[in-house]
Amino acid sequence: MNDLSRPDALLPLRVSALGFRHRGQSLLDGVEFTLGPVGRTILLGPNGAGKSLLMRLCHGLLTPTSGRIDWSLGGASVAFLRRRQAMVFQRPVLLRRGALANVRHALSLQGVGRAEGKRRAEDALERFGLSPLARRPARVLSGGEQQRLALARAWALRPEILFLDEPTSALDPAATKSVEDAVLDFHRAGTRVVMSTHDLGQARRLADDVLFLCGGRLLEQTPATTFFEQPQSPEAAAFLRGDLVW
Amino acid sequence: MAAGNPFAIALELILERDPVLLGIVGLSLQVSLTAVAIAALLGLPLGAAIALFRFPGRGIAVAGLNALMGLPPVVAGLMVYLLLSRAGPLGSWGLLFTPTAMVIAQTLLVLPIIAALSRQVVEDLWEEYREQLQSLGSSRLRAIPTLLWDARFSLVTGVLAGFGRASAEVGAVLIVGGNIDGVTRVMTTAIALETSRGDLPLALALGIVLLLLVMLVNATAYLIGEQAKRRLG
Ligand SMILES: Nc1ncnc2c1ncn2[C@@H]1O[C@H](COP(=O)(O)OP(=O)(O)O)[C@@H](O)[C@H]1O
Ligand SMILES: [Mg+2]
Repeated sequence: MNDLSRPDALLPLRVSALGFRHRGQSLLDGVEFTLGPVGRTILLGPNGAGKSLLMRLCHGLLTPTSGRIDWSLGGASVAFLRRRQAMVFQRPVLLRRGALANVRHALSLQGVGRAEGKRRAEDALERFGLSPLARRPARVLSGGEQQRLALARAWALRPEILFLDEPTSALDPAATKSVEDAVLDFHRAGTRVVMSTHDLGQARRLADDVLFLCGGRLLEQTPATTFFEQPQSPEAAAFLRGDLVW
Repeated sequence: MAAGNPFAIALELILERDPVLLGIVGLSLQVSLTAVAIAALLGLPLGAAIALFRFPGRGIAVAGLNALMGLPPVVAGLMVYLLLSRAGPLGSWGLLFTPTAMVIAQTLLVLPIIAALSRQVVEDLWEEYREQLQSLGSSRLRAIPTLLWDARFSLVTGVLAGFGRASAEVGAVLIVGGNIDGVTRVMTTAIALETSRGDLPLALALGIVLLLLVMLVNATAYLIGEQAKRRLG
């Protein structure tokens, strides 16, 4: 988790003139922002704005076609940087093995030893109320349980920053609530949170600041209260009124 | 040969566990199981590696693997024969007309089936898992055991299909084994020989055992698939 005094801290993250083109089409263009070491940033924007793309670029799953993504510690490899981050996808990919084994597998990928890995995995399941399901095959868990397991897996990795891509879009209200609680847990434990959502109520509940994307461009980076009371761009205002198509 | 209904005699041979019959069945199982084990050990990681890595000639490797799935057993037998015959490059090993030669020939037959299936299944799974595994810090090489394990039920079905092919083929084992009584005689070659010699009961008895074996293999493959779908999602 984040410790500002650490000499090798991952954050702040500086994104400058970031662009991503695919087959001659510009999907992201001139994106600039800085993420400080604490807080919850919510990514908002209509469908297809580039929210998922932006997070995958920051997480190192895609390579930018222009611009830079600079973590505070320079010169480290993508693989090394990614080890200190975690990402929870809209539909988590879980392995065809038990819940506990899924978390242990993730820890072993990061070189955590067996005994330590077992302890950390059990702690993570416990924290997310999944201990009774530890031996249950992960793929037969309900959607909400699967997402909690994905969060537990991310928790066990102790990331400095957590990306969440519309983690509740397929979930019912109760499961959504537990994901929101989990986001708070990560935040309290000092993990930097970056999350996209299309649920404005959820954005209001969770956001410290908002990144507003539209058509591949970053139109706003604004503190949450400002964004929801007085959006700076006409597009954001239209978006908040519900006038922009998702 | 005793007169009478060849079916009745065949059943009698099976029920009395005739030593000749048991010897032939035993050797068949030993040769085919060994061949399938070797083919799986080599073919599963090979297929997975082809699925995950991009290299020059990869397209040809995939097409070649798929084409080799239909390799006629007699051709596989001929290739191994040329390799192992006295004048061949490995002639000094003296393996021709031994069970080892039969294992080599059947491995050659089964390997493409297992590797091609592994390539296909692992490639599909990688498509689904790639971002998650990369996010968790897995390299492609490290992903191979993860993916093979997650594909285990589809792969077992393929390995069983490979065993079906190995235990039912005649051409390859006949050419490299020579159907020597008590040494390299297996079910399929014995059936061919005994039928042509007119010893129908033994041929029939072996035919029944072979049929049961192949049915058992297919039923197992089916049950494993169903079980996996229900229990693991
Ligand atoms: N891997 C990809 N290849 C090509 N186009 C993509 C890819 N991923 C996303 N896109 C396109 O990029 C745009 C932004 O997508 P995305 O980031 O998923 O939007 P959002 O998450 O904001 O809804 C969309 O027009 C989408 O079709
Ligand atoms: Mg998206």
